[in-house]
Amino acid sequence: MEAADVTASARRSAGHRLADLFHGRPRLQAGALLAGPVGWLVIGYIGSLAVLLVTAFWSLGELSGELEKALTFSNFDQILTEPVYREIAGRTILIAALVTITDALLAFPIAFFMAKVASARMRGVLIVSVLLPLWSGYLVKVYTWRTIMSEGGVLSWVGVGAPTDDLVRVWLVMSYLWLPFMIIPVYAGLERISDSLLSASEDLGAHPWKTFRSVILPLVFPAVVAGSIFTFSLTLGDFITPLLVSKTQFIGNVVYANFSNDLPLAAAFATVPIVVMIIYLLVARRLGAFEHL
Amino acid sequence: MRISGRTRGLLLGGVGLTLAFIYIPLLIIGLYAFSSGTTLEWPPPGFTFEWFEKAFDNPGARDAFWTSIKVALIATAVAIILGTLASLAVVRHRFFGRETISFLVILPIALPGIVTGIALNSTFSQVFGIDLSLFTVVVGHATFCIVVVYNNAVARLRRSSASFEEASADLGATPWYTFRRVTLPNMRTALIAGALLAFALSFDEIIVTTFTIAAGEQTLPIWFFTNFARPANLPIVNAVAALVIVFSMIPVYIAHRLSSEETVGAAGGRGAAKDTTGTTVAAEATAVP
Repeated sequence: MEAADVTASARRSAGHRLADLFHGRPRLQAGALLAGPVGWLVIGYIGSLAVLLVTAFWSLGELSGELEKALTFSNFDQILTEPVYREIAGRTILIAALVTITDALLAFPIAFFMAKVASARMRGVLIVSVLLPLWSGYLVKVYTWRTIMSEGGVLSWVGVGAPTDDLVRVWLVMSYLWLPFMIIPVYAGLERISDSLLSASEDLGAHPWKTFRSVILPLVFPAVVAGSIFTFSLTLGDFITPLLVSKTQFIGNVVYANFSNDLPLAAAFATVPIVVMIIYLLVARRLGAFEHL
Repeated sequence: MRISGRTRGLLLGGVGLTLAFIYIPLLIIGLYAFSSGTTLEWPPPGFTFEWFEKAFDNPGARDAFWTSIKVALIATAVAIILGTLASLAVVRHRFFGRETISFLVILPIALPGIVTGIALNSTFSQVFGIDLSLFTVVVGHATFCIVVVYNNAVARLRRSSASFEEASADLGATPWYTFRRVTLPNMRTALIAGALLAFALSFDEIIVTTFTIAAGEQTLPIWFFTNFARPANLPIVNAVAALVIVFSMIPVYIAHRLSSEETVGAAGGRGAAKDTTGTTVAAEATAVP
């Protein structure tokens, strides 16, 4: 009993000593909290990106096929001069943009309905219906579309006919896959707009279309940009969807295909989505999108 | 907001269209799972439960399922710890570079999975010289799961005042005691919601996994991917697909319930409910790439 008391008080005083150490030293407190996560992300993640970048400047020995760790620009040279790489990069960015626009257009009516029109009960039902099925099962969904668009599949059965153009197929499936990443931020962004702003616009005689253009759209735009970060980035790097529903190559396919036989070239091509996304993120931050993530 | 009948009609049309777009493909794959045919012919020639039994008995699918569960559990645990620490630092402290932290946390999920995958693979093999294993998969998954926990925790901490923690400290509690008895209970549901979404995210991931997994190991998505190409397994793949859809809804549903219950609770406090819904759901939104 006594011994237990002693250890308890010793422990308490150790705790208090620790408290004294941190007391009045907010920097130390913040530092202790951040050491783990920042260490993990900077060493583990930023460090890995740096390794990737360095690898992009290496090459494969002509004869040996071994990795030669000497600085060379040959990979970047190849990517920039051979038109096929530019074509693939352009095609990937185009699809990413198209998917983003499609999802924004599809997301807006349902997000607006949930945020401003539906009753509380209805809103709950709709949020669950949108979230649940689309949140996971990525591969299953790609597989489903592959099945639907297959020869003798559902689309040809109903007489519509499955799209045969590879770009259209990839665009359709990716728009489907990433839709919830647009719906949710747009819904949250619309929800934040006070109803009184809309009434004020109406009272001042604005036509609903004018209210939409001059009040709703500017206020919800950062949320759309927040959603677009995901729709854009996910499209930019996906190689599984193109592999399963098309025969066309995108950035991800080239990186994946070269990964095992020419790592430096794969690394060099992987810098394309990195650069595109970093520019995208910086612009998005300026537009206020980070408030809506 | 007052809207005209015509606008309302148009909106409802849009809602119906989007819901149909979401659900029709899922219904179709659900029907295929019960099809007695062994090809992808449509309409299905007959009805059977056979493939579900075969799917449950398939050792490859079963092992892959348990591997996925294991990876997701450990990755989620790491993400909870790192995400919670980062959120406490960012919301409760002011320091140079605070804005950069959210950028840093978001980066692994904002950059395409293929970049994360190939970067981690190069680092493991060239810098550390370690063989790929389930450990390397967990490292990859934990890295992009941090953001989900972080976003949920930050949203919760921003809404709750620091004065409870200050009061606890003034009354003589140690920081650890305050954390355990004041901060943690307040964050609990947000952390559970974040953890469930992190679990779902890890369970579903394939791109980073492809680059970080050892040759002999399979997670469920990898099993799926390798079995697409085998016509003999097609009906089993259909059945597993239907099961995955149903199974993956569970954590997302619970996470959603936790977030909305909290909203109902917060509604009593100064009518902040509306804003609360927004932030909570927005926090969930970043959950899953």
